[in-house]
Amino acid sequence: MTAVSSTGPAAFLGRHEGLRGRLPGAALPWVEALRDRSAAAFRAQGFPTRRVEAWKYTDLAVVNASVFGEPLTGVDDALALPAATNPRAVFIDGRFRADLSTLDGLAYAVENLATALPQLESRLGALVRPEEQALAALNGMLFEDGLVVTVPDGVEAGVLELVSYATESERAPAFHPRHLVRLGANASLTLVETAAGPATARYMHNPVFEIEVAEGGRMNHGRLQQEGRDAFFLSTVYARVQEGGTYDNFTLNAGSRLARNEIHVALCGPKAECHMNGVQLLADGQHADTTTALDHAAPNCSSRQTYKTVLSGKSRGVFQGKILVRQIAQKTDGYQMNQALLLSPDAEIDSKPQLEIYADDVKCSHGATVGELDAEQIFFLRSRGIPLEQAKAILVEAFLTEAVEAVADEAIRDALSGAVTGWWQRQGIQGGIEVA
Amino acid sequence: MLKIENLHASIDGKSILNGLTLEIPAGEIHAVMGPNGSGKSTLSYVLAGREGYEVTEGSVTFGDIDLLAMEPEERAVAGVFLAFQAPVELPGVGNANFLRTALNAVRRAKGEAEIDAIQFLKLARARMKVLNMPDDMLKRPVNVGFSGGEKKRNEMLQMALLSPKLALLDETDSGLDIDALKLVSDTVNSLRGPDFSALVITHYQRLLNHIVPDRVHVLSAGRIIKSGGPELAQELEASGYGAIQAAAA
Ligand SMILES: Nc1ncnc2c1ncn2[C@@H]1O[C@H](COP(=O)(O)OP(=O)(O)OP(=O)(O)O)[C@@H](O)[C@H]1O
Ligand SMILES: [Mg+2]
Repeated sequence: MTAVSSTGPAAFLGRHEGLRGRLPGAALPWVEALRDRSAAAFRAQGFPTRRVEAWKYTDLAVVNASVFGEPLTGVDDALALPAATNPRAVFIDGRFRADLSTLDGLAYAVENLATALPQLESRLGALVRPEEQALAALNGMLFEDGLVVTVPDGVEAGVLELVSYATESERAPAFHPRHLVRLGANASLTLVETAAGPATARYMHNPVFEIEVAEGGRMNHGRLQQEGRDAFFLSTVYARVQEGGTYDNFTLNAGSRLARNEIHVALCGPKAECHMNGVQLLADGQHADTTTALDHAAPNCSSRQTYKTVLSGKSRGVFQGKILVRQIAQKTDGYQMNQALLLSPDAEIDSKPQLEIYADDVKCSHGATVGELDAEQIFFLRSRGIPLEQAKAILVEAFLTEAVEAVADEAIRDALSGAVTGWWQRQGIQGGIEVA
Repeated sequence: MLKIENLHASIDGKSILNGLTLEIPAGEIHAVMGPNGSGKSTLSYVLAGREGYEVTEGSVTFGDIDLLAMEPEERAVAGVFLAFQAPVELPGVGNANFLRTALNAVRRAKGEAEIDAIQFLKLARARMKVLNMPDDMLKRPVNVGFSGGEKKRNEMLQMALLSPKLALLDETDSGLDIDALKLVSDTVNSLRGPDFSALVITHYQRLLNHIVPDRVHVLSAGRIIKSGGPELAQELEASGYGAIQAAAA
């Protein structure tokens, strides 16, 4: 018998072997094939090192060296979630919890992946290429559950909340939910996702989203990443948008010890649109990486990206943004802006914009800035009686305003403002601007 | 009210104020005039507490407190207000929110009740009317895209709302049209009273026709080289600084 490694890819591959026959869909040959293909892809790649171009600034060595366990089954702890004002799907350690969810009387379908699996052959994995993304491969090998949303043509679904929570566990669970969202023609949905967990628990949350927006569909995807400070949040979103459709993503990266927020969007039909905005708020010891890949694969599409990172203490932020404009994608309008505010001399930001343009009639621009708080502005505020800490908070809020105001959806904007204020309070900073 | 004695201040190792002595009794308005680079803005910054200046000698007392020992926000709470020569822009900060935050910061520090949003708007609109400022300036980010004169009026709006005990007006008149000059002067004059003093820095006698000063001082190379009544401003307007500088040398 060979010893099974407790860390790194071998541990996960061993887990896949060990659970074979017990993972959801084990009886379905196409699921088995998908898991095997993913396992082969993960075996080939392992956890990417910094020699891999897409991982140049984010080191997964600490993930590679950590011991993870299985999420416990049948955990029944009562979780103090705030009362739901919207339909809500709750996942604990990656598993759907019907008892905590409120999903009655919807005009569209919300299911959990483990249950709906037999019907998902055409959808599951349709947007993912495990050979090109190691974490998506890991997810494809070990996914157990996830959210499956299907909005029929013309239905305006309103707001749906996706809450993912990790429990306090000695086992340092790793979970790999796979979420599928499909919007029919002219359908719309606002998905507000919250990922959180206990402040001190070690765990890995490795979700993969596959989002399909049909002709004229509109998807707003708001994401509040507020994982516990010892967690690893490794998330990959794949979205495909057809003619006249819109996919908007706003991600707040504020929690976890190490976060990767990777988003791939393909604009596949004319006049499709994508807005990607985000805010990264990093305190001492945190590392957050936002990596976007926008594929302009049809003419007359537009994309807008505004990302802002605020770094304090010894923290590190990364932004990588690639815009690919294929030859067919004439009249593309692409814009990308990435700005960082360093509140501490020990903080570091790395930024890599990348434009790859094969069409000749396009408008594409990108920019990046790195700065500190302006001494003149701080003095001006203080000279009006505003204490130093509050003056700083006001200026940081102002820095974030542009990205926050770009969020069209009110539900997402409100959730976000609340999260930003909460972040300040955790940094011990009281009071920003007062609203008049 | 304000007593500056033998003030020496330098920045980046360069000495700017060189033994400046000036006293403004409560209820008085004093004008300071002087050539470009003579140290007028520096004086206002040192009084308001901007970082970067090193006071190497001298003292400043405000009432009976040592002004130089205080943080800028403490000075503001104590009643010092600086109207900037070049008002600072704050992109992303709404003017109304800024004004209310400042007003409440001062009120809180003084142990006074905070002003709610509705009360605030009423107060601000009344003050803006006097300054002939359109309402939409409350919604815009602080000073962003404001014209030169609009920025100066916005400084006066802040002053009117915070009602300081000592206003330091650094060339508030420059950039103002003739009508605005009158409105700004009215705002300053409306604060006049036994508890209000002002130090008005200007290059032009015209402002002093509207805000009639009790005293006029000439600052040159970081020192007051001559003081007099309002007629001194007229004298300067006619003959420039040369004769006075020569006499003082
Ligand atoms: N950081 C600095 N380093 C060196 N010199 C400085 C610095 N800041 C200001 N100075 C100098 O200090 C002197 C006084 O400047 P100040 O702005 O006080 O003049 P002022 O009297 O207000 O002039 P103006 O009428 O043009 O507004 C100037 O010569 C200026 O160049
Ligand atoms: Mg000046």
